[in-house]
Amino acid sequence: MPIELVVNVVIAGVLTGLVYGLMALGLSVIFGVVRVVNFAHGEMMTIAMYATVVLFAALQLDPFLAVVPVAGLFFVFGTLLQAAVINPFITRPEHSQFMLLVAIAIIMVNGLLMVFGPDARNVQVDYQLESYAIGPILLDKARLYASAAAVAASAALFAFFKFTRAGKAIRACADNYLGAKVVGLNVKRYYALTFGLGSACVAVAGCMMILLVDVSPVLGPAYTLLAFVIVIVGGLGSMGGALLGGVLIGVSEALAGLFITPSAKSMFSFALLILVLLLRPQGLLGRKP
Amino acid sequence: MNRRGAVLLAMLAAALILLPAVASNYVLSVATLILFFAYTGQAWNVMMGFAGQLSLGHSLYVGVAAYAAAGLFFHFGIGPWAGVWLAVLLCVVLGAAIGFLAFRFGISGVYFALLTIAFAEFTRIGFDHIDWLGGPGGLFIKVEQREHMDLLDLRGAPQMFYYVMLALTAGAFALCAWLLRSRAGYYWQAIREDEQAAQALGINTFRWKMLAMVLSSALTALAGVFFAFYYNNLFPEQIFHISRSIEIILGPVIGGVGTLFGPILGAAVLTILADSITELLAALGIEIPGVKQVFYGVVLLAVVMFLPHGIWPTLARKLGLEGRR
Amino acid sequence: MKAQRGTPSHVRRRVLKAAAASAALSTLGFPAIVRAQAGRLKVGVLLPRSGFQGLIGQSCQKGADLAPGVIKEMLGVDIELMNADTETNVDTARTRAERLIQEGAHVLVGPFDSGGAAAIAQVAEQRGVPFVINIAAAPQITEQGYKFVFRNFQTAPDIVRNGLALIGDLFQASNIAPRTAVFMHVNDTFGMAMAKGISAFMGRLTQLPFKIVDTIQYDPAARDLTVEVSKAKASNADFLLLVCRLNDAILLRREMVKQRWNPMGIVSPGSPGMYEEQYFKTLGKLSEYSISNVPWYNPRAELTKVVEKAFLKQNPKDKLVFNGLNVGFTFEAILVAADAFRRARSTDAKTLADAIRQTNITSKMMLGGPIKFNEKGQVEGIGSACVQNLNLTPTVVLPAAVATATPVFPWPYYKA
Repeated sequence: MPIELVVNVVIAGVLTGLVYGLMALGLSVIFGVVRVVNFAHGEMMTIAMYATVVLFAALQLDPFLAVVPVAGLFFVFGTLLQAAVINPFITRPEHSQFMLLVAIAIIMVNGLLMVFGPDARNVQVDYQLESYAIGPILLDKARLYASAAAVAASAALFAFFKFTRAGKAIRACADNYLGAKVVGLNVKRYYALTFGLGSACVAVAGCMMILLVDVSPVLGPAYTLLAFVIVIVGGLGSMGGALLGGVLIGVSEALAGLFITPSAKSMFSFALLILVLLLRPQGLLGRKP
Repeated sequence: MNRRGAVLLAMLAAALILLPAVASNYVLSVATLILFFAYTGQAWNVMMGFAGQLSLGHSLYVGVAAYAAAGLFFHFGIGPWAGVWLAVLLCVVLGAAIGFLAFRFGISGVYFALLTIAFAEFTRIGFDHIDWLGGPGGLFIKVEQREHMDLLDLRGAPQMFYYVMLALTAGAFALCAWLLRSRAGYYWQAIREDEQAAQALGINTFRWKMLAMVLSSALTALAGVFFAFYYNNLFPEQIFHISRSIEIILGPVIGGVGTLFGPILGAAVLTILADSITELLAALGIEIPGVKQVFYGVVLLAVVMFLPHGIWPTLARKLGLEGRR
Repeated sequence: MKAQRGTPSHVRRRVLKAAAASAALSTLGFPAIVRAQAGRLKVGVLLPRSGFQGLIGQSCQKGADLAPGVIKEMLGVDIELMNADTETNVDTARTRAERLIQEGAHVLVGPFDSGGAAAIAQVAEQRGVPFVINIAAAPQITEQGYKFVFRNFQTAPDIVRNGLALIGDLFQASNIAPRTAVFMHVNDTFGMAMAKGISAFMGRLTQLPFKIVDTIQYDPAARDLTVEVSKAKASNADFLLLVCRLNDAILLRREMVKQRWNPMGIVSPGSPGMYEEQYFKTLGKLSEYSISNVPWYNPRAELTKVVEKAFLKQNPKDKLVFNGLNVGFTFEAILVAADAFRRARSTDAKTLADAIRQTNITSKMMLGGPIKFNEKGQVEGIGSACVQNLNLTPTVVLPAAVATATPVFPWPYYKA
C-alpha cells in the first residue's frame, strides 16, 4: 500500500473528524449540563442544513456567512424548546425523555419531508470541488475550511465557558445542581441558555456539513448516533473531548476502511464505543462523574 | 385484581380468541402485528420494569433469534420448534453478556441505553457481512402454499400465525403476572425502589437484575423465531435497525412502563392510530408524503407530555380497576 | 413544496367512496359486494411514496397515474387505480396489500423494492390474487413456486449479464480495450446481488478483455467516501465499474474531482443513480459521460411515444427521460393486468392469473423481447440499454438499433 495513500486517507479522516466533532460539540454541551439525551440532535442539524440551502438559494449567501443568521435562529429555537418543552422532562425517567425527543425527531424529519420533498439538496460554491495539492498530498478545500471553522467554534465556546460569567454559571449548574441553586443561580434559565448554545453549535455544524454532504430529510438519525458515539468516546462536557472524539472516529473509520473493508467501517466506531463505555465511561477527556 | 378487572379480562380474552372467525384477513394481519408488538413490548418491559434498565437495542435479540432459527431451517431443514432452542440460547448468552458488562462496569441509564444501541448496530453491520446467512441480500425461507397447516414447521394460514402470536402474548402476560406476585416480584420491586436498601436487606441485586435481563432476552427470542417464519425473509438492514428497537419500546412507553397491560394497550393504540391516520388522510384526499408521520409524532408527543405514566394507569383508574398493576 | 398531483381527483373520490363503503361492509369479512363490478378492473398500486425510497416511489406513481388513460385508448379497458403507500416498510407493505385486497382490488402491482415485494407476494399467493411486480431484482422472489406472482423485470443476475455484455459492446463501438477495472459497489441487497453476479459472469464472458484489479465495497449510507475513492485511485485501474445508488453516486463523483482521479470513465453494469434527475441537478456538468447499462425504454417504440405524451400532459414540468425506468415498468405492469383482463373478460382472481400466464405482448415500451411469463412467473428476455449522460440527459447509445447518439468513451477528462 503506497504511503501517500495512507497519509491522504488519515489527513482526510482528521479533517472530517473535526467537522463531526463540531457536530458532537453541541450534544456534549447539552448532555453535559442539562443531562438530557437529545435524540433529535441529527435532525436539528438537518434542519440547519436545509436553512443554509434556502439562504443560499434565495440570497446566494455562502454557508460561512450563513452561519451567523442560522446559528442565531437556532440559539433562539433551542432556548425556547428547552424552556417550553424539555424542562419538565429533566426529572422524568430516561425512557420518557427518549420518547419525547424521538417524537420531536419524527415530527422534524417528516415536516422536512412535507416541506422540501425527498430530493437531496445542496449548495454549489466554487471552492467545493477544489483541493490544494502539496506534493502528493491532496487537501480538500471545503473540508479544510470547515474543519478550521470547527476548531474556531470550539475555541469560542471554550472561551465562553472559561471566561464569561454566564459560562461559569453554567458550569456550576453542571457540576453541582443543588449547590448552584443554593448559591442563587437561576438554573432553569441557564439550562435554557445551554440548550440554546448547543443548538447554535449544531447549526454551525450544519452550515459546514452542507458543503460536504447533500441534505435530505432522512439524514438525521445516522448523525444523531454518530454524535453520541463521539461524545461518549471523547468525554461528556468536554469540548476538546468532542473534537478529539470526532478525530478519533474519523481516523479509525478511515483506517478501517482502508485496511479492511469500507462497508464495515462503522462497526469500528461502535466497537470503540463499547470499549469506552466499559473501560472508561467518562470518555477520554471527560471528568469522572 | 378486583372482580370488574377479572370480568373485563375474560371478555377481552374471549374477543381475541374469537376474532379470526369474524374478522377479515386484513384485520387479522393488523391484529397479528399488534400482538407481535404487544409481546415484544412485554418482553422489553421485563428488562425495564424488573431490572430498571433501558434497552434501546432490543432488535438485537429479535434479529439474532430470527436468523438462528431461519438459518437452521434454510441450511439444515431443522424446524422452528427445535431451532427455537438455539435461538433462545444465543439470546440468553447475549442478554447475560450485556447484563454482566453493564452491572460489572456500573453502566446504567443513558450509557446502558447507548451500549445496547452499539451492540445492535455492530451486529447489524456484522450480519451484512455474513454471506452464509444471506448477507445484505437477505435470507429467504422457502414458502409453502398456505392451504394446509403445518404447525411443526410453522407453515400455514394467517389464522395459524394469529393464534401462535396470541398464545405467546397470553403466555408472556401470564408469566409476568405470576412473577410479579411471586417472591421474585417483590425482590424486583425492592431493587427498583431503592437498590441500596435492598442490598442492605441481603438481596443479591446483581443476581436478580441478571435474571431479569436474561428473561427479557429469552422472551424476545421467541418473537424473533416467529418473525422469521411469518415473514419468511430477513434482511439485516431491517431487522437489526434502530427503528425496530424504537418500535418495540413505543408500546410499553405509551401504554405504561412496568405495568402488565401497558405494552398490550400501547401496541393496540399505536397500530390502530397509525392505520386510522392513513385512512383519515385518504378520506380527506391528502396525499402529501410525511403528513401521516407528523400526525403520528404529534400524538406521541402529546401522550408523552401529558400522560407521563402512559395510558394504562389513567385508563385503569377510569375503568375502576384500581389495585391492578 | 409541489403539491402531489396523484390520481385525477374525480377518480380518487370515486375510489375513496367505494373504499369507505366497502371498508365499512367488509371490515368484518362480509362478502365483498364491491367485487361484483365486472366492468372495471381494480388495480391496487403499492409503492413507497414516503420513507427512504419516497423519491423513487413517487416517480413510479407517475407511471401508474397515466396508465388508465393510455390503456383506455389502447385496449378499450376501464381501469381503476387504488393507490397505497408502503412507506418503504415491510410491515406496512403487507398490511396495505391485505387492505387493498379487502377493498376489492382484483390485481396488485408494485412495489419497487425486493423486501416489500417478498412480503406482498406472500399475501397475494395466500389470497390467490395476482400480483405483478413492476421493479424488484432479488431472484428468490420468483423461485418460491408461487402461482400468483409475476415479474416483468430483470432479476439481478439478468441485469448483470446484460450489463456486462453491453460493456463489451461499448468497448467495441469505441474501439478501445481497457485492460483493468476497479469495481466499487454498495453493500446493500442490490449491490451484493450484483457483485455475486459479476464474479459469476466475469469468468464466463471471455470476450470482456478487462480484469478487475480491486473490489471496494461500501455502505450506501456512507457520509463520506474519501477512503473508498483513495483506494480506487491507488489501484490505477483503467476505468471504474460501479454499482451504486443515487446519493453515493453523487458523493463519489465529487470525490473523484477533489482527488483528481480521472480514469477512462464510469460504467455501471446495472444500477440506479447516475441516470436519475438528482444526479444531473446536483452535479451539473460533472454528470456528463457517466454510463449506466440498465433496463430502459425503447426510445423509438410506438408505445413509448404514446406514454411520453401522456406523461408530459400530466407532468408538464418533468421529463419522461428522468423517470424512464420507473414509469415504464410501472406502466407495463398495469398494462399486463389490463391486457389479461381484456382477454379474460372477468375479474375473478384465478381467471385473471391464468390469463396473465398466457400474456404475450409484443408492442411494448421497454427494451427486449415480448412480455411472456415463464412457468415461474418471470419474463425472460427483457433487454438493457447502454445509457450515457449526454447534454445533461440520459441518452441511449447502445444497442445501435435503438440508439439516439453514439457513445463517448473514454470521456474527455481522461489523459492517456
